[in-house]
Amino acid sequence: MKISQLSTFIENRSGRLRAACEALAARGINIHTLCLADSRDFGILRLIVADPPAGKAALEAAGYVAQLTDVLAVEVPDSAGGLARVLATTDGAGLDIEYMYAFSTAPGQQAVVIIRFSDPDRALAELQRRGLNVVEPVKLLQG
Amino acid sequence: MLRENWNDAGPGFHPVSSSDYLPAAQLRDLQLRRLKSIVGRAYAHVPLFRERMDARALTPASIESLADLGRLPFTVKVDLRDTYPFGLFASPMSEIVRLHASSGTTGKPIVVAYTQEDIQVWSSVMLRTFAAAGISRGDIVQNAFGYGLFTGGLGAHYGLEAIGATVVPVSGGNTDRQVMLLRDFRVNAICATPSYFLHLIERAAELGIDLRELPLRAGVFGAEPWTPAMRQRIEADAGIKAFDIYGLSEIIGPGVASECSAQNGLHVFEDHFYPEIIDPETGAVLPDGEEGELVLTTLSKRAMPMIRYRTRDITRLITVPCACGRTIRRMQRVGRRSDDMMIIHGINVFPSQIEAALLAVEGALPHYRIVLRREHGLDQMHVEIEVSPEFFSDRIGAMEALRGRIAHSIHSVTGLNVAVRLAEPHSLPRSEGKAKRVWDERQNSQ
Repeated sequence: MKISQLSTFIENRSGRLRAACEALAARGINIHTLCLADSRDFGILRLIVADPPAGKAALEAAGYVAQLTDVLAVEVPDSAGGLARVLATTDGAGLDIEYMYAFSTAPGQQAVVIIRFSDPDRALAELQRRGLNVVEPVKLLQG
Repeated sequence: MLRENWNDAGPGFHPVSSSDYLPAAQLRDLQLRRLKSIVGRAYAHVPLFRERMDARALTPASIESLADLGRLPFTVKVDLRDTYPFGLFASPMSEIVRLHASSGTTGKPIVVAYTQEDIQVWSSVMLRTFAAAGISRGDIVQNAFGYGLFTGGLGAHYGLEAIGATVVPVSGGNTDRQVMLLRDFRVNAICATPSYFLHLIERAAELGIDLRELPLRAGVFGAEPWTPAMRQRIEADAGIKAFDIYGLSEIIGPGVASECSAQNGLHVFEDHFYPEIIDPETGAVLPDGEEGELVLTTLSKRAMPMIRYRTRDITRLITVPCACGRTIRRMQRVGRRSDDMMIIHGINVFPSQIEAALLAVEGALPHYRIVLRREHGLDQMHVEIEVSPEFFSDRIGAMEALRGRIAHSIHSVTGLNVAVRLAEPHSLPRSEGKAKRVWDERQNSQ
């Protein structure tokens, strides 16, 4: 099952990242994990939050441009070679990855990575067919 | 060419706009009579004009034909500042019923005056402006030009009342209320600066209101140069026909020229405002059809006659007959001003070129600004553009590609390599009147 990721455009200016986080905090929206990609002048903040549509509304109300994109949360064995094997599977299926980042998990649990595929629907079908565990949003976000 | 039925006030034709259809010979005759009269009036009552004509050994009797106008000295904006506040008035204050003034962002404002007759002329040319845009009795028109010292608000207001339309005198600003009134009053037409109307379109979308679903069908836009691409965007996003109007306070305010349903050049109300095109460098009069600086002479203004006023606007006169049947000449829409020109690395650049380049890139909204800085002794142009939802992507590569496309587009239009910066929405300064596009910081930088 796909997960809705919230993303927003942040100028490379002091205080802008904090203001975005405060806009979410003001509406009581918890951030489960995030990834900040940056270029010289700007960054793109990607967030997995408890309530993505509410998060998008909160950011827009604070003057940010925001978007929801489908990503997949893929379980990865927490051992040497775990991620390499997952990627061998996605390569084998001919799936394009735009970017990925790790989901925070407690020690001893399975690791989870958030992957933004070019074609999330095809990726979901291929990964499930090949026996990889794609984590349900409900299960992922209750922890 | 006279229309058969003068009482048929159909779209684009109104009995009072009959001056737009005068036979050419009759129009020239009228212009010459009025020119002789206005030069006589300026010579008699305005010391500056008299001194300048005396210095050239000219008298009002020197004007024997329209071509003789070219012998008279120019008037420029500095003349209005030098004679601040009332030095160019040709009427005593007892006959002046209205003063307007420019915002005065650079030094003293310029002050302009109107007698009761001038107000009537102004109303009549604005009436002709609205008639040309197909606005008539029964239409509800929201006037978002600023009311006050700026000529836009009251100029449009009097013309709208004269044509019998229902005016909503909302003035500029308070965009949420503008959107509400457009919807609730079922407004048919709006007057605004084009950049403010784009802002209004954007705000309406944020409020979940699609302007295309409202009865709004026409917009009368002026007070700043805008591009054909901007018009396309306004017409598509608001579902209206967008008419360009032209005017300036020094001459009368809005109402010097306006587009008709053909939307191909602006008809100059030349029975009141006589246009010439000159070479901005030499001052020589250019033949009709050639591009140059527009110079205007008020043929009937009483309180403040203006002889050969240099507008700094670059355009050309179109003499071929218009499809609408009007006989008065047209001027090409003003895309640039001779004093808007920026010189970067020896290349002449106009803000309108940057705008056209931005609009050529899919999805780029024209909320931008140009900042000129001097870096390491070299002039550098920075173009800052707000990121809008339609071209935001979560992929950094897509955003960098967008920036690259914008830079490439600007380069292909201007030949310049500019620094493009993407900015957050609503982070760039906005104006609710005339848009300020260029910030020249070269004096403050090293």
